[in-house]
Amino acid sequence: MADLRSDFLGIRSPNPFWLASAPPTDRKTNVLRAFRAGWGGVVWKTLGEEGPPVVNVSGPRYGAIHGPDRRLMGFNNIELITDRPLEVNLREMAEVKKLHPDRALVASVMVPCDEDSWRRILPRVEATGCDGVELNFGCPHGMSERGMGSAVGQVPEYIEMVARWCKAFTRMPVIVKLTPNITDIRQPARAAKRGGADAVSLINTINSIVAVDLDRMAPSPHVGGKGTHGGYCGPAVKPIALSMTSEIARDPATRGMPISAIGGITTWRDAAEFIALGAGTVQVCTAAMTYGFKVVEEMVSGLSTWMDAKGYRGIEDFRGMAVPNVTDWQFLDLNYVAKARIDQDLCISCGRCHIACEDTSHQAITATVDGRRRFVVKDEDCVGCNLCVEICPVENCITLEHRTAGADPRTGMDYDRPYANWTTHPNNPAAVRNAAE
Amino acid sequence: MASITTDGVAGGRLAADDYARNFADLSPPLTRHEAFVESERCYFCYDAPCVRSCPTGIDIPLFIRQIAKDNALGAADTILSANIMGGMCARVCPTEQLCEEACVREHAEGKPVRIGSLQRHATDAMMAASAEAGTHPFTRAPSSGRSVAVVGAGPSGLAAAHRLAMLGHAVTLYDGRPKPGGLNEYGIAAYKTPAGFAQAEVDFILGIGGIDLRPGFRLGRDIDLATLRDRHDAVFLGLGLAGVNALDGMGGRRNVVDALGFIEGLRQAPDKAAVPVGRRVVVIGGGMTAVDAAVQARRLGAEQVTIAYRRGAADMKASRWEQDLAKTDGVVIRHWMTPTGFDDRDGAVSAVRFVHRLPGSGAAEEVAMPADLVLCAIGQTFVGDALGGVALGGGTLALDGGRIRVDGDRRTTLPGVWAGGDCVAGGPDLTVSAVEDGKRAALAIDAHLRAQDTALPGAA
Repeated sequence: MADLRSDFLGIRSPNPFWLASAPPTDRKTNVLRAFRAGWGGVVWKTLGEEGPPVVNVSGPRYGAIHGPDRRLMGFNNIELITDRPLEVNLREMAEVKKLHPDRALVASVMVPCDEDSWRRILPRVEATGCDGVELNFGCPHGMSERGMGSAVGQVPEYIEMVARWCKAFTRMPVIVKLTPNITDIRQPARAAKRGGADAVSLINTINSIVAVDLDRMAPSPHVGGKGTHGGYCGPAVKPIALSMTSEIARDPATRGMPISAIGGITTWRDAAEFIALGAGTVQVCTAAMTYGFKVVEEMVSGLSTWMDAKGYRGIEDFRGMAVPNVTDWQFLDLNYVAKARIDQDLCISCGRCHIACEDTSHQAITATVDGRRRFVVKDEDCVGCNLCVEICPVENCITLEHRTAGADPRTGMDYDRPYANWTTHPNNPAAVRNAAE
Repeated sequence: MASITTDGVAGGRLAADDYARNFADLSPPLTRHEAFVESERCYFCYDAPCVRSCPTGIDIPLFIRQIAKDNALGAADTILSANIMGGMCARVCPTEQLCEEACVREHAEGKPVRIGSLQRHATDAMMAASAEAGTHPFTRAPSSGRSVAVVGAGPSGLAAAHRLAMLGHAVTLYDGRPKPGGLNEYGIAAYKTPAGFAQAEVDFILGIGGIDLRPGFRLGRDIDLATLRDRHDAVFLGLGLAGVNALDGMGGRRNVVDALGFIEGLRQAPDKAAVPVGRRVVVIGGGMTAVDAAVQARRLGAEQVTIAYRRGAADMKASRWEQDLAKTDGVVIRHWMTPTGFDDRDGAVSAVRFVHRLPGSGAAEEVAMPADLVLCAIGQTFVGDALGGVALGGGTLALDGGRIRVDGDRRTTLPGVWAGGDCVAGGPDLTVSAVEDGKRAALAIDAHLRAQDTALPGAA
């Protein structure tokens, strides 16, 4: 039986599944329900300064993108940080930690970008007995207009500065939560590291408008006829989060820096993929907000079953294993040749592979053979692009096969040629030449 | 007060709610959400097999995608452009032998996309929108100044009339019966087209304008073909099959009736409780009409209903879905039963006699099946022999196997005369194929008229 226990910056939790700082972690009632359901930890909904709490809209805070059967694919919110008084949240955090000392409890914090604000709040947070702080430099709506959230996360110098203050004002581990609304995720991660942060968590939500109401001619949902961008999350953002996680994991400047991964994690497999790219814990919000806290049971069970099947005893056994295989395009093997093959026994003759290839790619799939409806890959035209594989409605019906024997009828070149990449390719004006040339 | 165990033929065997339930919509419409979910199952196939198997060639993947993207009216436009009777076809087409049989999901998982139900979803939306706004989705081309006679306001005639009107021709639509619609109105089970749908659809089709409907106007009685040819620039015959085959000994025997007449009486009865039915009903035949009659007899409160067919299950013209419907409704289907005569009691039928012989076996058994109502559904015939072989203005109307001979354009051998639907030779006798006949004939008539007069708009 796999051991799912996690130790992240010394913060221990029975499994790596944490609830992200978000509506599900705004109050004791919810967090207690989450712990009873089996979540390994929570990042408490972001705390703000002492004083009058923020005010949320009383209209819709959430919007969504749906797939077939109204399956929620992407989720958008304009909720602000906690709208409850600071002392209430701190008191409840202390009570929860006392009741569940074995679970991770991290406080998300967002206060103005001045040293005093951070100096004032951190000791009070630490006094709750919680295990760490996560600096919310990510929220892209509302608070960012007030110079907080992503307004900080978009300026590496601010990240570094605030991280340094925090490390000075608390003994707790400091996690910097990054916004994806930037061009190069490595820059804020490096800044966090320079500032002494212990870890990064990513991604926060992405600027988004999920729909336009074509009757009102306004964003949908709207608040009194007006809308604003929110933060996008849910299954649709997972690929973006995977890529950003991998960038930080393989950047020499931040390599080895602990990562708590966030972004569309809905299943055990999503979690395993982030861990394979180096994440030590994963944070979940949308899946819980869609299905309730019980989803963690599937995540725990699925991860455990898969680890058992693979012989991984603990998270560390496979953490980061995929990182060395993420590389730059320029290092991909240009002599690797794969071609699609259609399993005629599985084919249901929908013809989508043909028309997709015919209309939009390389005209490499037949529609008829000897006058009969039949879809077969033409090796002489197939470039192995994978389009047909991805758009085929039948799993495993079309596969890409690595060719190793014979010659490619498309190029006339042998399939079996040694590794060679763009850096040495003759068509590359900047190619590295042999010194002898 | 009759009940299901009352002997003889009687109405009022059931409670009022039973009739309401039994003759309500057999397959209720999809809800909006169901339509979205079902439409998302369509793979949007290339050169889709479903389209190829639709006699009217509806662009099925396109209309389903339109439904999925919340454009039911656009979907209806796609459907109705190819088949103006898409609403009725959605209800009565044997889709399991046509589009849904060809669906790749039938091939893949034995569960095709519910094309018929989706088609109904779209066409219902269009008919509701048109009725509410008092509009029609198609517009007429500028008047051609030509006039076409369409004889028979059944599926083929209505389809021809609609397309001809669309193309700018003036149409006079004759029908022998008091109501238009043909078999849609008189010959299909009530639960397939409840709530006056057949007439609503006729109204919708006529909504294009330019069609002068003349009900109660029978060819051969009120007008003849020669006169029609004189008065109009072209003639389309959508006469249907007015004759019903009879069994020896049927004539004059009480409570042995033809099934279509039974269905017609039931369809036209405002109160189904007033329709008499036997306690024990035997339906002779194996087609759609046999099933429609048998199931409706059960739903009127007949205690025992048996379909007796002279051949095997695979030979029945009723689709598998229809056969299953009959069985689910408690109808017993018996095969290899050849009728040989009737028994009477007090002047009314009391039993049907059959010889039961399994194929390949010489042994035959005589069976007397008790019955107080016998419905014969052994096929219909074209009653137009008087038209056949008659020389008219340089040609004769040739028949093939007792029905009108037509070419691919539904042109008869008589110049200026086209025909379609059940009255022509070689068709599958389906509503959808009748609609295609009418459409093709209309296009051919239009091409013919434009070729005659190069002054017409659109002439080559």
